[in-house]
Amino acid sequence: MKALLRRLDPVPVLLSLPAGLLLGLFLLIPLAATAILSLQAFSLYTGIQSVFNLDNYVEIFSDGYFGEIFLRTARTAALTTVLTILIGAPEAVILMRMKAPWRGIFLLVALGPLLISVVSRTLGWALLFGSTGIINDVLIGLGLIAAPLQFMYTETGVVIALAHVLLPFMIISVMTTLQRLNPLVESASYSLGASGFTTFRRVILPQVLPGIFAGSIIVFAMAASAFATPQIIGGRRLKVVATLVYDEYLFSLNWPLGAALALLLFVIVIIVAVGFNQLAERRFRRLYG
Amino acid sequence: MSSSNGFWSLAFHTLFVIFVMAPIVVVCFMAFTPEGYLSMPTNGVSLRWFEALLNNKEFVGSFRISLALGAASATVAALISIPAAMAIVRYDFPGRTAFLTLCMSPLMVPSIVLGVAFLRFFSQIGMSGTLVGLTISHVILIVPYVLRTIMNSLGSLDSALDHAAASLGSSAWRTFRRVTLPLTLPGILSGWVLAFITSFDEVTMTIFISGPGTTTLPVRLMLYIEDSIDPLVAAVSTVLIVMALVVMLILDRLFGLDRMLIGRSPSDPDR
Repeated sequence: MKALLRRLDPVPVLLSLPAGLLLGLFLLIPLAATAILSLQAFSLYTGIQSVFNLDNYVEIFSDGYFGEIFLRTARTAALTTVLTILIGAPEAVILMRMKAPWRGIFLLVALGPLLISVVSRTLGWALLFGSTGIINDVLIGLGLIAAPLQFMYTETGVVIALAHVLLPFMIISVMTTLQRLNPLVESASYSLGASGFTTFRRVILPQVLPGIFAGSIIVFAMAASAFATPQIIGGRRLKVVATLVYDEYLFSLNWPLGAALALLLFVIVIIVAVGFNQLAERRFRRLYG
Repeated sequence: MSSSNGFWSLAFHTLFVIFVMAPIVVVCFMAFTPEGYLSMPTNGVSLRWFEALLNNKEFVGSFRISLALGAASATVAALISIPAAMAIVRYDFPGRTAFLTLCMSPLMVPSIVLGVAFLRFFSQIGMSGTLVGLTISHVILIVPYVLRTIMNSLGSLDSALDHAAASLGSSAWRTFRRVTLPLTLPGILSGWVLAFITSFDEVTMTIFISGPGTTTLPVRLMLYIEDSIDPLVAAVSTVLIVMALVVMLILDRLFGLDRMLIGRSPSDPDR
């Protein structure tokens, strides 16, 4: 022990102490306290009780109301992920092919919205979506639809707005992967006589897939736990888990149930992310191994 | 990717730009409406909603709180991240990986979970709704961003510079202050700015823990929107969008937005 202490350089320990202490004290303890809270009971008259059991979790699993909201959350998150792949992956390839100064300019266009408040970006969609909003005006003007489409308070609306909010993460992820690639491989494919479609399917796509997988994990996790966008577009009528947690905490005041819902969401997101990651690793090991 | 974009690529790209820009542009346009309701400013342009915003004590107060909160938490986050980054990049010590994971872990916890965790914790220790509590929670949220930017910056430094300073008899502290710190400054500043805007925009976690006297701007906007959507919220959003633009330009000048978000700069021979 003494030998270990003598060998241990105190400098890095001291350097990491402030951040370590702060995060240990103000991140790990509150999370642990929330886990404990989720095991407690709640009554409207006496508040949080000091009994500890799994009743909150049993209630969530047995009540169809919660099941429906968890399913809706999973569905919107999955659809959002698919939409970001369909838009983000091709755009990342297009951005990589651009030359200066266009690449720089359109990178700002593609990634800049990350710096804009989620509330502002979602508000933009609320303005576009309204029954007299611009999207409906344009669609009716073009003669594509006769009556206004309903986007507000629908899953379609939430998915479109969420995809817009999370799109930069997919683009970043795919571009990070593309950057490591040798640009000559694509030229080689063409020079060996492959068509554009074959080159895309056999050369570009396999190279982009790891980036799409990584981006999908990030987007799915963020979409599943998103709060501001579903709250504004979906409102009270279309609850997802995050907005349900908010209601339990601020309106029903049932903190233990809210804590259980939040932690369950967290655990499910982690399980999906880790599972997806392992699936991806196994697949790519087979491809490149 | 060496080949250039064809017609279909550019058509797709155009639709992409419209999709990305449409909601942002619409908000900015509608903020200039002369009408009392949300509409495109087709009958002239008016600043009446920005005037209304300036006269709205609640929004102005929240703007101040958000500015103070962003500046305070970004500064604290930078102050604890600089030594942490030095420890991780320059030293090998037991628990290094665990420490890095701990510092990055706020990225993995959904903001909604952080919100409920802080709400419970702060109300138990009597800090709910205080600016100190808000600052602590925001520091934790933004440490990963600052730390990563500073680590990038430190990592790209040539360590031979340090050795040169040391071999010329400079003490470790002096080497840090005169060599490492000045060279890392762009990274630290970029990290600070990124942290500031992240804190300034945060809503999901903050809506749980801000009190009546500490309502931040995005939270106030969110609560307002839950009640009604009028041109005033478009004006607030326009202010937020303009702030983001300013931050974007600063970051691009200071560090390169691409390098910051995608890691190293794209290997573009034209640059």
